Amino acid sequence: MVDLVWLIPTFPLLGFLTLICLGKSVREPIAGWLATTAMAGSFLSVLLVFIGMLLEKNENRQTVFTLFDWIPAGDFKVDIGFLADPLSITMCLFITGVGTLIHLYSIGYMHGDSDFNRFFTYLNLFAFSMLVLVLGDNLLLTFLGWEGVGACSYLLISFWFRDRANATAGKKAFITNRVGDWGFMVAMFLIFFNFGSLQYLEIFNILESNQIAKTTTTFIVLMLFVGAMGKSAQFPLYLWLPDAMAGPTPVSALIHAATMVTSGVYLLIRVNPIMVEASTWSTGLIAWVGVGTALFAASIAVAQTDIKKVLAYSTVSQLGYMVLAVGCGAYTAAIFHMITHAFFKALLFLGAGSVIHGMDGEQDLRRYGGLRSLMPITAGTFIIGWLAIAGVPPFSGFWSKDEILAFAWNKSPLLWIVGIVTALLTAFYMTRQVVLTFFGKPRYLDAGDAGDAGDAGDAGDAGDAGDAGDAGDAGDEIKPHESPWTMTLPLVALAVLSVVGGLIQLPFSSSTKWLEHWLEPATFHNETHLHLSSSTLWVLALLALVSVVAGIGIGLTTYLKEKIDKQIFEKPILHNAWNFDSTVSRFMGGPGSKAFAAVARFDKQVIDGAVDGTGQIVKKTASILRRTQNGLVRTYALGIGIGAIGLLIWFLTRTTI
Amino acid sequence: MSITTTWYLLLAAILFSIGTTGLLVRRNPLIMFMCIELMLNAVNITFVSIGSHLNDLGGQLAVFFVLVVAAAEVVIGLALVVAIMRRRSRTNADDLKILGG
Repeated sequence: MVDLVWLIPTFPLLGFLTLICLGKSVREPIAGWLATTAMAGSFLSVLLVFIGMLLEKNENRQTVFTLFDWIPAGDFKVDIGFLADPLSITMCLFITGVGTLIHLYSIGYMHGDSDFNRFFTYLNLFAFSMLVLVLGDNLLLTFLGWEGVGACSYLLISFWFRDRANATAGKKAFITNRVGDWGFMVAMFLIFFNFGSLQYLEIFNILESNQIAKTTTTFIVLMLFVGAMGKSAQFPLYLWLPDAMAGPTPVSALIHAATMVTSGVYLLIRVNPIMVEASTWSTGLIAWVGVGTALFAASIAVAQTDIKKVLAYSTVSQLGYMVLAVGCGAYTAAIFHMITHAFFKALLFLGAGSVIHGMDGEQDLRRYGGLRSLMPITAGTFIIGWLAIAGVPPFSGFWSKDEILAFAWNKSPLLWIVGIVTALLTAFYMTRQVVLTFFGKPRYLDAGDAGDAGDAGDAGDAGDAGDAGDAGDAGDEIKPHESPWTMTLPLVALAVLSVVGGLIQLPFSSSTKWLEHWLEPATFHNETHLHLSSSTLWVLALLALVSVVAGIGIGLTTYLKEKIDKQIFEKPILHNAWNFDSTVSRFMGGPGSKAFAAVARFDKQVIDGAVDGTGQIVKKTASILRRTQNGLVRTYALGIGIGAIGLLIWFLTRTTI
Repeated sequence: MSITTTWYLLLAAILFSIGTTGLLVRRNPLIMFMCIELMLNAVNITFVSIGSHLNDLGGQLAVFFVLVVAAAEVVIGLALVVAIMRRRSRTNADDLKILGG
């Protein structure tokens, strides 16, 4: 059944082609159901392949299916081929599984949108590209998918492009990703130059038999990491992800939480044999960038007021954890966290979308409050997501985060400390979000402009005062309501997965580490081995638990009991993301753009000048030579005569010498 | 004094020079044609005389080719001359530069 792997990307492709051919001729829900069916078909085929692979022996689980030659050019040969191994199939499982649920959710969420069909067309194209990225058996095919998801991300972020801010956010995402793509491409050139192939398995074979210089592999890894930085939103290329929240919420859930942003991590894990050959400082750098990003983003998330911005920074932070795991050589842990994160972050985003939907587009946390009783299913599932991401046992997030932290301790206790602080912050900001949204007294009825007042509490008082009359009408319009079943069903399904997701890799004994054994054919035993005693592990887990409880506790006392002034945490500098974004914008807008203008001038004058100059010289010479063509036959005859005599003289003098 | 190959070659050279000069100085297309024929036949004399000097039939063989080419050339050339003369009777070769466009 493994040879059905080609079916996996075919379904979304068919869905995309059907939708694009039908265009506007299909009525609203049908397009959504078509797209959802395509995704469900894809999910079923992944399941078939998965079962087929389970029946195989562990060492037979890696197979390449070549469909056809793509680029045959001398020594350089690239196929369209799919690499079916536990890693790619695991990715496919959660991409199509979560993808199907999000497609279903979108039918409800996008209800009434004038571009309903376009949305699902893009969504299916995205799923196709993502599956190509994951299944590609060579770097170039992965890159094709990589660019495909980038393009779809751009299209979907600026989906409501009539608003200029959304279009700008899309462009920002696209351009920031180009920086990462540059790294990916340089890595590809280097790999082809040194290995003569782009196919993963061939590269790994060559790596095993030949001696490749450590500097080369180090540089390749660093360049690939630049690519991963762009896609997986690591510092300093994370800038695009918070802005990407301009897209519809299902897009944020699917692309910017569950799937696309994990592709950088996937890429690094895919090339783990190269990672192992690289020098340790490069993997150390990866770990530090990861954990630094995790802490940095978590600190920003504390002070965000937009429900989606909190989740966006949280995603950046969780991706930092995954990169940390990769840097520590804990590939299984990274994949494990990727899976659980896909579950609970998709759940949180969809929950946020459900809240936004019920609140008629309101995204400001300060305008929520007390929604628990009005949206019971959303609230219940969101709370499960909160417990999962915060790392409360036995929810899935606890197991995956704990495993990463154990490996971090294994590499360096310093990494672990930063990681544990991040865990505390994570618990805190998620508690803040949940309390502000679902608990406390309702603030959406207050007429006062919470955004301008800067403080929800003050805004409430202002609302009672003078302008209650005219603002009261606006307040009455918001009637929070539970979402339709197409939206709540995915929430429930994801909530269940968030609870039980940890079961695939329990740290108690070797036999409960199912995921690690399953991934062995793809990690080639390159995984770092923990050399920690079980008592150390217990202490670490306990400390992690303490930090989580502390985070939740502080969050609850601040926002539910309101015993601590929340201004202590919500510093303006945190709200402005440490001014990093604005600094970059200022630099790029000022000296940066001047430098690029200079480069453009150099290109125009020197590079183009050389090309144009050659043309001018030819033109000038030609206009001189043209005079010889005067149309008089005797001149030509004279020319021939002189030429003949000249040749004669030349031959004669040559023979005499 | 016997007539050696040198004399034949000398004759050919003189004929060729006359032909060349004629081609360069005259503007009447017909005369220019005759000059070209003169040059071709000067070359033919060279072929034949050197062929007989070296006892090689190749020289005479080459002459046949030259004759065939000359005949073809004359056919096309005269046709052109006739066509031009019909349009403008007092035309010389230099006037044809208007064909340059």
